[in-house]
Formats: sequence, C-alpha cells, structure tokens
Amino acid sequence: MKNIIIIGGGTGGCIVANLLAKKLDSDEAKITVISASEQHHYQPGWLYVPFAREDARSLTRPVRDLLKKQINLLIGKVEKLDDGNHQVILENGDTVSYDYLVIATGSIPCPEDIPGLSEGGNHFYTEKDSFELYQILQEFRGGKVVIGVGGLPYKCPVAPLEFTFLFEEFINEKGIRDKTDITYTFPLNAVFNIPSVAEVAEPILQERNINIETFFNLEEVKADEKKAISLEGTELDYDLLIMIPPHRGAPFLQGHEIADAKGWVKTNKQSLRAGDSKNIWALGDTTDIPISKAGSTAHFEGPVIAKHIIADLRGEELGEDCVYEGHVMCFLETGYSKASIIDFDYSAPPVLKAPNALMHYQKMAFNKAYWYLIPTATI
Amino acid sequence: MENVEITKESDARGSFCPGPLMELIRMVRDAEVGDVLAVISSDAGSQKDLPAWVAKAKHELLGQEDFEGAVRFIIKKSH
Ligand SMILES: Cc1cc2nc3c(=O)[nH]c(=O)nc-3n(C[C@H](O)[C@H](O)[C@H](O)COP(=O)(O)OP(=O)(O)OC[C@H]3O[C@@H](n4cnc5c(N)ncnc54)[C@H](O)[C@@H]3O)c2cc1C
Repeated sequence: MKNIIIIGGGTGGCIVANLLAKKLDSDEAKITVISASEQHHYQPGWLYVPFAREDARSLTRPVRDLLKKQINLLIGKVEKLDDGNHQVILENGDTVSYDYLVIATGSIPCPEDIPGLSEGGNHFYTEKDSFELYQILQEFRGGKVVIGVGGLPYKCPVAPLEFTFLFEEFINEKGIRDKTDITYTFPLNAVFNIPSVAEVAEPILQERNINIETFFNLEEVKADEKKAISLEGTELDYDLLIMIPPHRGAPFLQGHEIADAKGWVKTNKQSLRAGDSKNIWALGDTTDIPISKAGSTAHFEGPVIAKHIIADLRGEELGEDCVYEGHVMCFLETGYSKASIIDFDYSAPPVLKAPNALMHYQKMAFNKAYWYLIPTATI
Repeated sequence: MENVEITKESDARGSFCPGPLMELIRMVRDAEVGDVLAVISSDAGSQKDLPAWVAKAKHELLGQEDFEGAVRFIIKKSH
C-alpha cells in the first residue's frame, strides 16, 4: 500500500488530506498528516482580535476534529526532508517514508529579519501578537500610528489595508480620531500591488485622512527613538508601529534544494509539482508562485494535487482539470460594515465592485462557516 | 553603457511586478556604496517603477538599454 504524507495541518494540508480520503479506498493508500501543532488556527480571524470583534481562543480547533477518521495524524515537527530517500525526519529523530509527499507548511512572520522590529513593532499575524495588540489598543489614547507592510512576500496581502480601515473606524468610535495621526506604508509605488485593488483602496485612505507613504521598504526600527526608517531614507516617527514582518517558509525548507534561501518551495505554477520531483507537490503559502499567499489560494490548489496523486496511484491519465489556473478570492474589509471582493486568476486581473454591506456580512458569515466548509473539503 | 563596469547583474526576465523591483531592492541591500548593478526585466511596469524607485531612494540610474527584447537597467548605489 502506498504512503501519502502531507506535512501541515493548516488550510492546505487538511483540504488535500480530506479530498484524498474521500476519493481513495482505504486499501489504496495510507494517508498521514504530520502537523507541528495539534491546533488548526483560523488566521483570518486574527484581523478582528485587536478590536475585540473576535476572541482569539475561539479561532482554533484540534486538527484531529477536522480530518476524516481514516486519516492518520502525527503531531511532530519535520526537521529534514531527504527527498533522495523519500523520507522526512522529525524533530524527535523519527523517520517517516513516503511514496507521495505534499508540503503545506505555510509561512512564518519573521520580525527578527528587520533590526529593531521585534522590539519596536507590533502586528496581528499570530494568535499571541493579535492578542497583545488588543491589549495595547485597549489603552490607546491617541498619537502617531504607522501601519504598513514591512517586507514582501507576506500572507493575506490585503490584511494590512483592512486593518488600517478597521483601525480608523475603531478610533473614530472611541472618540480619539482627532488625537490620532495615521500613516499607511507600502513597499511599492502604490498602496497595493494589484492596480485595481489600489484604485479602490487609495481614495478610501484619502477620504479618511490617512497619510500614504509608498516606496517604503522598512530597513530598521529604532525602538528607543520610536522611528521607523526605510531603505529609501524616509524616517517616520511613531507612538504605535504596526508592521507586518517579512515572511519565510518553514526552517527545514530554507536552503533545501527544493526551495530557495527563504524556504519558498520552487513550485510549478500549473501542476503544483515541487522542484524536479515526480512525487512531491506544494500548496498554500509555502510555494514560490507569485500570487497571493491566502487560504483561498490553498483551497483552489488542493483539488489539483489530489487529482494528480490519484491519477498516478491508479495509473490513469491526467485530466484537463489537473491544472491550477491561479484562482484566488479574498474579501477586502473597508470598515464601517462594508467590504468588497477580489476574485482573479492568472489570466484575468480582479475587477472590484464598490464596497457594500452585503459583502461585509458575507465575510462575517464565512468566518463562522469556515470550519464546516473549507478544511473539511466540503466545498 | 559599454564603458561601465557592472558589479552585479540579475536577469529578472519572466518575473512580473513587483519581481524585478524587489530583485533590485535585494541587490541594493547587499551591495557596497559605488557598486553598479544591472537588472534585466521583461515586465512593462518596470519601465516606470524602477526609475521611480531609484529616484526616490536617491541612487543613480546610469542608463537603460534594450536587451534581447527586454530592458536592462543600470543603477549605481550612491549611499
Ligand atoms: C491576519 C490574517 C488574515 C488573513 N485573512 C485571510 C483572508 O481573509 N482570506 C484568505 O484567503 N486568507 C487569509 N489569510 C491567510 C491564510 O490564513 C493563509 O494563507 C492560509 O492559512 C495558508 O494555508 P497553508 O495550509 O499554506 O498554511 P497554514 O494554514 O498556516 O498551515 C501550516 C501548517 O503547517 C504546520 N507546520 C509548519 N511547519 C511545520 C513543520 N516543520 N513540520 C510539521 N508541520 C509544520 C503548521 O503547524 C500548520 O498546521 C490571513 C492570514 C492572517 C495572518
């Protein structure tokens, strides 16, 4: 019997495992998920934690509860990939062999990659950090606030914009808008890297008197002087700095020949095969495909990988639908109970509708429905 | 640009916005003051973005030239 190993119990890993379990008979393959954590986090919820709109504790579920019962779950951290011998080695020294391997280890925010950022900055990209920011915002009474993107690539590309809009709404409702100066920063020459999204977001930032600082590539934070300094030589004074740190792939991938120095797996953008391998695929945040690192990306990639593995296992031809076409779909929360939706693929850039209440409530409903629909591969 | 000695060159053809710009930023971070860097880009957006970034960051754009149907940007790290 063939061994299918999926590393990662997050969005991508759960989807692929459940799709395979649905389609394969139990005597065709043994499916194992290896996850460093027993818990699966619904990360999009962390956007709302600083504003007390979500409780961080309600955004996690045991990975075991999300996987079909015929899937084996191994809690452990992969420390080494020996693709020559088709094995992964865990932190505790155990070796696991595979016939097919799926890498779905996500991405890690790394504030330590920018001098002073860990000491001087905050963010909301982990459970702990979003809760700390909640505590800070409880005490916030006004001042200079700099919100931005501290390095590319990072996951959920629109989240920093969404946070900026929600923050402005939050301080407005608190009655301290006139005591607060907000600056939004972005590394490129626009407020976002997709022009149609920037065209919607920029006027909203302007309307709400949020300063915009583009071409701001964070180089250093002087925590004692409360200054954020860019490679371009711009210095911003702050009382509160909320910067999304640059991200990396999992440590065991950093510098491995299947990935680049930062741990992004060299992935074929259509077949999702990793490197030159015949039996390794990657999905979700860990790929080097230059599209959004988002849960929805993993959601649309999952079925492609499941079909590849099933076809190979059964010696069948690959169907025409065994190609990932770059589909991504994300909400853009714009504050004051409005949102828009961003839907695109490799061939068609997104066309955005004006932000509206319906989209906002759809996003709220999706946040609750996620557990039943997405990791379980129900849709 | 034949008389300029290039310290480091990167071929970013086939990568799309913001790939070539990010490649240039990575090179500038790693380079010494005075180094001459070249980036080859086939992305149309680079024609606007790369010179604009070089101006904002106060480096020097020594030139841009056709290179096998793409554009080769030559930049000096000034500070
Ligand atoms: C604040 C915020 C808001 C977001 N909003 C949205 C949104 O609105 N829409 C959207 O589509 N996406 C959003 N995202 C992004 C989304 O959460 C991720 O893109 C998605 O979770 C990626 O799925 P993944 O499977 O690649 O990685 P993850 O879901 O992060 O899972 C990675 C898994 O790998 C495991 N792992 C890591 N390293 C190892 C190892 N060495 N050994 C074993 N296991 C390992 C982890 O324990 C985890 O189980 C948001 C993210 C954040 C932080």
